[in-house]
Amino acid sequence: MNDNQTMTHGVDIGSLKQRGPELSLDREDICLEVKGLNLYYGEKQALYDIHMQIPRKRVTAYIGPSGCGKSTLLRCFNRMNDLVDGVNIDGSILLDGEEINSRTVNVPDLRRRVGMVFQKPNPFPKSVYENVAYGLRLQGINNRGTLDDVVEWALKGAALWDEVKDRLNDSAFGLSGGQQQRLVIARAIAVQPEVLLLDEPASALDPISTLKIEELIYELKSTYTIVIVTHNMQQAARVSDYTAFMYLGKLIEYDATDRLFTNPKNRQTEDYITGRYG
Amino acid sequence: MDKRDITHHISQQFNEELEGVRNMVLAMGGLVEKAIGDAIEALVTGNSELGDTVATSDYKINSLEVEIDEECAQIIARRQPAASDLRLIVAIIKTITDLERMGDEAEKIGRIAANLGEENTVNSSSYSAIRHLGEHARAMLHDALDAYARFDVDAALKVARQDAGIDQEYEGLIRQLITVMMEDPRCIRHVIDIMWAARAIERIGDHARNICEYVVFMVLGKDVRHTTFEQMEAEVKSAT
Repeated sequence: MNDNQTMTHGVDIGSLKQRGPELSLDREDICLEVKGLNLYYGEKQALYDIHMQIPRKRVTAYIGPSGCGKSTLLRCFNRMNDLVDGVNIDGSILLDGEEINSRTVNVPDLRRRVGMVFQKPNPFPKSVYENVAYGLRLQGINNRGTLDDVVEWALKGAALWDEVKDRLNDSAFGLSGGQQQRLVIARAIAVQPEVLLLDEPASALDPISTLKIEELIYELKSTYTIVIVTHNMQQAARVSDYTAFMYLGKLIEYDATDRLFTNPKNRQTEDYITGRYG
Repeated sequence: MDKRDITHHISQQFNEELEGVRNMVLAMGGLVEKAIGDAIEALVTGNSELGDTVATSDYKINSLEVEIDEECAQIIARRQPAASDLRLIVAIIKTITDLERMGDEAEKIGRIAANLGEENTVNSSSYSAIRHLGEHARAMLHDALDAYARFDVDAALKVARQDAGIDQEYEGLIRQLITVMMEDPRCIRHVIDIMWAARAIERIGDHARNICEYVVFMVLGKDVRHTTFEQMEAEVKSAT
């Protein structure tokens, strides 16, 4: 009789299990924390008393119908809402324990630490190389050797190097949509952010490019904390560790993705993900 | 999750697909229930013609299993169901396996009935015990299908509780049949056939309990397979 309960006929059952230990927010290291956040566009309130914690080096997805506030909330994390007239915020957002909305925060540096990728790829009207090197040049790094190394590293990190290594001086606009999006990701990671905010990164892309972006997200999460807004529920289910469902500016449910998609606690969440009207 | 929930999708076609597949499961369950009832009747009344009919009709149950499996695969491919819809499809795929096995057990009983015919070397109390056991199992299936149709976990629990009773009744019957064999060794061959039939009925009870476990999974999202009845009851209470 074999004393080791997981060994059967020489097969270690424990190692066959595909999934790791069950995810739970209370066991996570928290990167971003939102406390009592209310946001107004002029008179109109767009976010209502949001409380949530974004775990480090995990993928957190926001899902919800159009207009529910998910992109608005995403843009709070790197103060992109500062660029919108009439926006008022109260409540707090902490990055590594420090308030990002305080007057003393260096906003460009915040935007380096918290990078953003938009739905429509927006490479600069420059070469592939210069797109990636731009952020570094802004920081005063001009040494060709250093730039070459970082550009190659970032393009490899974005799974784009092999496709562009012989075209680094070509215009970024010559790349396909999927390649442009990966270029934009390379540009974001070149400045070594902590967090990547992805606002529907694959909605404008064909299915194969979408899957490549999803693969990339899977690889990137071992280095960066990722927050993704998506309309595609199956994508959220595939790609994320935690999912937050928002509706009309409120956070309705926030749980490990596996649990939320198989047995959501809230009726509204269930209705949304199964395609029912309430 | 309750009965209203299975409809109300924005996609009316999805509503119809789910209703359709659920109804096919209930139809399959109805066929199995009839097969069990007829098989027991054939056995205890010595009606070999009825037994033969049961044995040769099992193909209908089998082909429904194939059709429902195919439909479930199509729904998964087309709709990528989530949450309660996903659990419904998974529960259906498992339920039809148990229903098909119950159909096989009924087929066995039917075949035994067809072979034994009117030979009645077993005393009438054994036959009435078999009839009682068989009726108990058939009622379990009926109630399990009812619980499935109404998404009713309390009803499912009630049925699951009865499985222990069936097991005890079965053991009592076996002891009785052993005594009969000891008293008159000439009837051993015949009694062994009766024992196979009793075993098949006991297995039907187990399958009915399995269906109740799938109802709990479908409604509450809790997997209560391979637990004791007490553990199952505790899980249901903690979730409702």
